[in-house]
Amino acid sequence: MLRFVAIRVALLVLGLLVAAVLIFLTLRVLPGDVAQVIGGTRATAEQVARIRTGLGLDRPIPVQFLDWIGGVLHGDLGRSLITGTPVATELGAKLAVTLPLAGLSLVLGLGLGIPLGVLSAVLHRRVGGFLIAAAAQAVAAVPVVFAGVLLVLLLGAWLHLLPVQGFPLDGWREPGRAFASLILPALTIGVVEGAVVLRFTRSATLEALGQDHVRTAAAKGMTMTRALVTHGLPGVLLSVIAVIGLEIAALLVGAVIVESLFQLPGVGRMLVTDVANRDLEKVQSELLVLTGLILVVGAVVDVLHRVLDPRLREQA
Amino acid sequence: MTLVVRGLTVRFGGRTAVDGVSFTVPDGGRLGIIGGSGSGKSLTTLAILGLLPEGATATGSVLLDGVELLGMRERELARIRGLRVGVVFQDPQTALNPLRTVGRQLAEPLRLHGLATRRQQRAEAVRLAALVRLPDPEQLVDLYPHQLSGGQRQRVAIGIALACAPGLLLADEPTTALDVTTQAAILALFDGLVEDTGASLVFVTHDLAVLARISTDVLVLSEGRAIESGPVERILGAPQQPVTAALVAAARATSFRADES
Amino acid sequence: MTWLREVLRRPAGAFGAVVIVLLVAAAVVAVFWTPQDPFETDPFHRWLGPSAAHLFGTDRVGRDIFSYVFAATRTTVLVAVLSSVVAALVGLLLASIGALGPRWVREPVAVLIDVLIAFPVLLIAIMLSAVLGASLGTVITAVGIGFGVNIARVARGEIRRVARTGYVLAGRASGLGPWRSLTDHVLPNIAPVFIVQLSLSAGVAVLSEAGLSFLGYGAPPSTPSWGRLLSDLQNYVTIYPLTVVWPGLAITVSVLAFNLFGDALREATDPRLRSSRRRSER
Repeated sequence: MLRFVAIRVALLVLGLLVAAVLIFLTLRVLPGDVAQVIGGTRATAEQVARIRTGLGLDRPIPVQFLDWIGGVLHGDLGRSLITGTPVATELGAKLAVTLPLAGLSLVLGLGLGIPLGVLSAVLHRRVGGFLIAAAAQAVAAVPVVFAGVLLVLLLGAWLHLLPVQGFPLDGWREPGRAFASLILPALTIGVVEGAVVLRFTRSATLEALGQDHVRTAAAKGMTMTRALVTHGLPGVLLSVIAVIGLEIAALLVGAVIVESLFQLPGVGRMLVTDVANRDLEKVQSELLVLTGLILVVGAVVDVLHRVLDPRLREQA
Repeated sequence: MTLVVRGLTVRFGGRTAVDGVSFTVPDGGRLGIIGGSGSGKSLTTLAILGLLPEGATATGSVLLDGVELLGMRERELARIRGLRVGVVFQDPQTALNPLRTVGRQLAEPLRLHGLATRRQQRAEAVRLAALVRLPDPEQLVDLYPHQLSGGQRQRVAIGIALACAPGLLLADEPTTALDVTTQAAILALFDGLVEDTGASLVFVTHDLAVLARISTDVLVLSEGRAIESGPVERILGAPQQPVTAALVAAARATSFRADES
Repeated sequence: MTWLREVLRRPAGAFGAVVIVLLVAAAVVAVFWTPQDPFETDPFHRWLGPSAAHLFGTDRVGRDIFSYVFAATRTTVLVAVLSSVVAALVGLLLASIGALGPRWVREPVAVLIDVLIAFPVLLIAIMLSAVLGASLGTVITAVGIGFGVNIARVARGEIRRVARTGYVLAGRASGLGPWRSLTDHVLPNIAPVFIVQLSLSAGVAVLSEAGLSFLGYGAPPSTPSWGRLLSDLQNYVTIYPLTVVWPGLAITVSVLAFNLFGDALREATDPRLRSSRRRSER
């Protein structure tokens, strides 16, 4: 077991490294020139060159890469090429919005998707089960953007229930208002991703319904339903855990979109702005953090899955 | 425990898989049900306890000690399953829950019917494991199914079926998925345990040799219908229906070759 | 093509197929003709509701929404088809190397695939558009790589499974080279799984294009796109709610069609389901 964890951590580190290289290389092919952006349209070639040297952009690529990675390992994610503020501090503030958003979306998605998925599988011979499954199919096809707009219409504008856009300036120091501003965005992502989780849970439960050991359990002295719930569901939940790793990626993507739609000061919206500004240092660190989050969650899920499934526990 | 089946009909997948089958198992009797694939023998057994696969419907009459089982509500059937009727299924690979220890699965029937408390679980599981001659019962009950061999898993399945000392045992081809040497051992175990507990037995198989070994009476099924029934010696010695005769001839041919070698 | 018949037998599959055909037909027609010029602005007829002249009404600058939505089918179909092609090539290539190559190649490719999967399509697209600028090409490449890696992971497992089956090994033993073995034996067997993934990738492509165009990374303003329209209209949604419904529904129905078709395809070609159908008939 320990050996597996060690290997998995090593793979995680390797993955982060590969991601860093890929991100760095892709961005350095950038045709746009940050120094030019900073200098402005009326800067002379000399001034632009001086800005470039000042920012260290004229050093050889491998040196710049090692410099960046070295900084990351010390918690220094570089400085914005345009404003000079350290990326780490700004990222911290934005993560305080994006992470709770992603977390809330995950809770909503699982909370909606798993029970409804199980229900639609148990009722799969009745109209109810079919309707749930069909609705999930339709919802999963809705682009996050459209879902957000619809929810804004339904809950925000017409019913005037929740704040429609923005995040309080004081941030989490006003926890009630802050949380309220995250509800609609989280619901948007949660409902769409919940539909995906629902379909997966449904098919896993349908498989469990036909499993022999569920029948054996019933033969011991239970109703089939109880056998399914006590013996079939744990297996279903186990496979859902395996899927959560992939869900995280979808959640972060959803966050990028809803942050733009709902004007939330999160990492996603920051990323969009920084790319428009060609602010390399920020973009590469932001992408690394986001990808890193996905890889870490993936590794944690892998280990968790291994721990929980006795069949996998002793394999090398 | 007596089992009286009258006119059992099972419809599955748009076909009539079991067509008006009737038989009686007296107290302590041992009925072997034999037939080729597609004869409906498995479905017949599953129908007794309402364990048919989804989409299958059963009509007719199944009387367990005079109580009608067909059409009984799930909750009441649950009280009979395991306690008064035990079942051993065909495939040891898939019949056990991969996520629970063998011990917990052995003791579960006892817990379900209130015959053992949580604290007594482990001791009961060890007792059952020893009953089915599993090696090293104290250690084995903490293992998971995937850590056992096929034969060992089937012993666990038998242990589960016998846990509450039921009066009737249903066995759906319990040795078919095992290799020949294990088959013989499991069969011997089965024979001994049924003898000791005095339970009635319904044993489904497609193998005549197994049938001869374990049952006193035989029911021959073909394409869902009962073809012939009677004591095992008569069926084997003087089969009256062509289907039965063919079965006997085929079996004799194989055993002949074994004799010659 | 029995699988096609199987797919069409199912109502979901038939629905998906019909919508896809309609979509492609609309796209082809839209190359030559649209009811009105989708980009023609008409400041005197802004924010009109649906009418005979403007089936979906008009937008902020007076463009006919129906014509715009109709014209955008070209973009949608183009993105869906090209992304799937790129994804198929990327996926097949990576999967084949990752499954059949020598050991020192297989391991790194496996790691590469697992890392790349962590890069969501959107992040890849953002990265690429930062480099290449916003365009449909960016979207297609990003979806192609992003989903291609997913296909690679699925296909790699399938290829390894098939490559170990008895008759493939027998083929190798009788002298078939690895490439012939691949084309003659392995590919036809993974084809069903592969085709299903392609259908799903088309759905992903449409969703990605919508999201990316919404953020400004996809279609340029001169190219009609449902995502872009959503972006234009969403600021005024509280005042003119009906307008966003048209592009939103268009995207949803298209993605739904691809997904339903893919699901029906999966059911029709899954050998496990086929054998269980046979079992129930015994």
